[in-house]
Amino acid sequence: MDKPEYTHSVELDVAKCTGCTTCLRHCPTEAIRIRDGHAVINSDRCIDCGECIRVCTSSAKKAMCSKMEHHMDYKWKIALPAPTLFGQFEGVEDVDVILQGLLDIGFDDVFEVAQGAEFVTEYTREYLKMDGIKKPVISSACPAIVRLIALRYPYLKDNILPILPPVEVAAVMAKERALKEHPELKPEDVGTFFISPCAAKVSYIRNGFGNYKSRVDVVISLRDVYFKLLGVLKGASAPRIGSHAGMIGIGWASSGGESSAILNDKYLAADGIENVVRVLEAIDNGQIPQLEFIELNACTGGCVGGVMTIENPFIARTRLQTVRRYMPVTQNRLYGDEKYSLGDHYCTDLPDYPPISRLSASFSESMRMMSRIQALREQLPGFDCGACGSPTCRAFAEDIVRGNIDGARKCRMLENESGIPELKEEDA
Amino acid sequence: MSESLTFTYDVDGEDFTSAGQASVQVKKNLRRLGLSPEIIRRVSIAMYEGEINMVIHAGGGKADVVVYEDRIEIVLTDHGPGIPNVELAMKEGYSTASDSVRSLGFGAGMGLPNMKRYTDDMRIDTEVGRGTVITMTVRLDA
Repeated sequence: MDKPEYTHSVELDVAKCTGCTTCLRHCPTEAIRIRDGHAVINSDRCIDCGECIRVCTSSAKKAMCSKMEHHMDYKWKIALPAPTLFGQFEGVEDVDVILQGLLDIGFDDVFEVAQGAEFVTEYTREYLKMDGIKKPVISSACPAIVRLIALRYPYLKDNILPILPPVEVAAVMAKERALKEHPELKPEDVGTFFISPCAAKVSYIRNGFGNYKSRVDVVISLRDVYFKLLGVLKGASAPRIGSHAGMIGIGWASSGGESSAILNDKYLAADGIENVVRVLEAIDNGQIPQLEFIELNACTGGCVGGVMTIENPFIARTRLQTVRRYMPVTQNRLYGDEKYSLGDHYCTDLPDYPPISRLSASFSESMRMMSRIQALREQLPGFDCGACGSPTCRAFAEDIVRGNIDGARKCRMLENESGIPELKEEDA
Repeated sequence: MSESLTFTYDVDGEDFTSAGQASVQVKKNLRRLGLSPEIIRRVSIAMYEGEINMVIHAGGGKADVVVYEDRIEIVLTDHGPGIPNVELAMKEGYSTASDSVRSLGFGAGMGLPNMKRYTDDMRIDTEVGRGTVITMTVRLDA
């Protein structure tokens, strides 16, 4: 079977990594091991949530992005700013000033992701009214969550909103608009540059969903753009460009914004990967009330908590409340037949990943492996200290059975010489 | 050699808030074996109901989940008061749970009926004053 190749944006600087085990213990999918003294990320398990970047004490983990200057050959460069960008600047309460800033640093046009978000909101309201859909509908906006569900809760896949995330809707519309307004441009002349608050969106854009290829051409880090903008915002020229979004679109930057915009109070919004996992487990255990919609964001506070942002997520959110204050509720609505033409923005093509928790494709082999894991696990102390290089004692036992301990450290608590538990005759 | 794998859980009768933990654990383990979501759902519901029963009525007990190539057996053992009238206890809506338990949302009288519904076979061995052993089987060959 062909394994779908997945390119991650989270990368490790081996020279800086001290092998300290902090990231190991924070990774929600147990994707990290310490081998030969440094962290190793298992690409099949990584969901690009960015937790390891956030907790790393040696700045050894980074999200890899493109640099704006390396893509200047597009004749018409369109910035797609995530609404999170508008909450980063102290004293800037007018979105238009920041949009103008984007033109000042070299973009030819701007298309706000918040506009895409407002269309997704409209589509979602219509989708929720359809017959035969699986409820609760789970938001598709956070790619770390979509991948987490595909890997760990594959049977919830049909609950995911089958509509493309705001950045894709924005990218498609931005290109269409540019080609219409500038007939002299060819499609390949137009470059869409997403200004991303997080690593997960970078990976999503590189990999797409299943067979869907992203329409975003270049992803740049919000941090990079922040420093470029600081320079031009200081002497802010009067904006010659106006926002085309409203409170709803900007609201998507923080947790609860997407779901409250649906105007249906049967929703749940959770943020922070640990909280999200708890909610997914509760859904799994049938412990949630009847809900229409569930919004899950991997980062604390929502997108404002992304690892490529500058400002503290709670401050950014407060600032966005000020920014939103005098904006219209929404500037992007669907009228008449548009409501029923979800066609272009539909994406039902979620990739099938092999479930990560499964030990083996064969049931009897899984049984044999599991009994060996149990036997080994009993010999281990159960402290889950991570010193061996696996996140828990159970994971260490599993790694041994899977034959994945090259470069692992010994268990410090075991009395035997090898520091690696061994199977007794009858268990082997 | 007939291959089987046993998971054993202690069900703590003292702590009501931890009731349901064993069924969560069992689910994680069954998932590692690659069993279908439907099988896992049935086992964990049956297990959950049984666990709650042991906490409410018997002061806790022990749950063994044995996985065979063709079936999963769930054996719930307690040393509680026993069930005086099994036929009555199996009736939907019949419950002897206390008011304080009911106020928590339990005691709807659906525990045993659900355990029967979600498994292929259920056997109740009970003796008043000695305790109860419930053995449930979910077949994997379907």
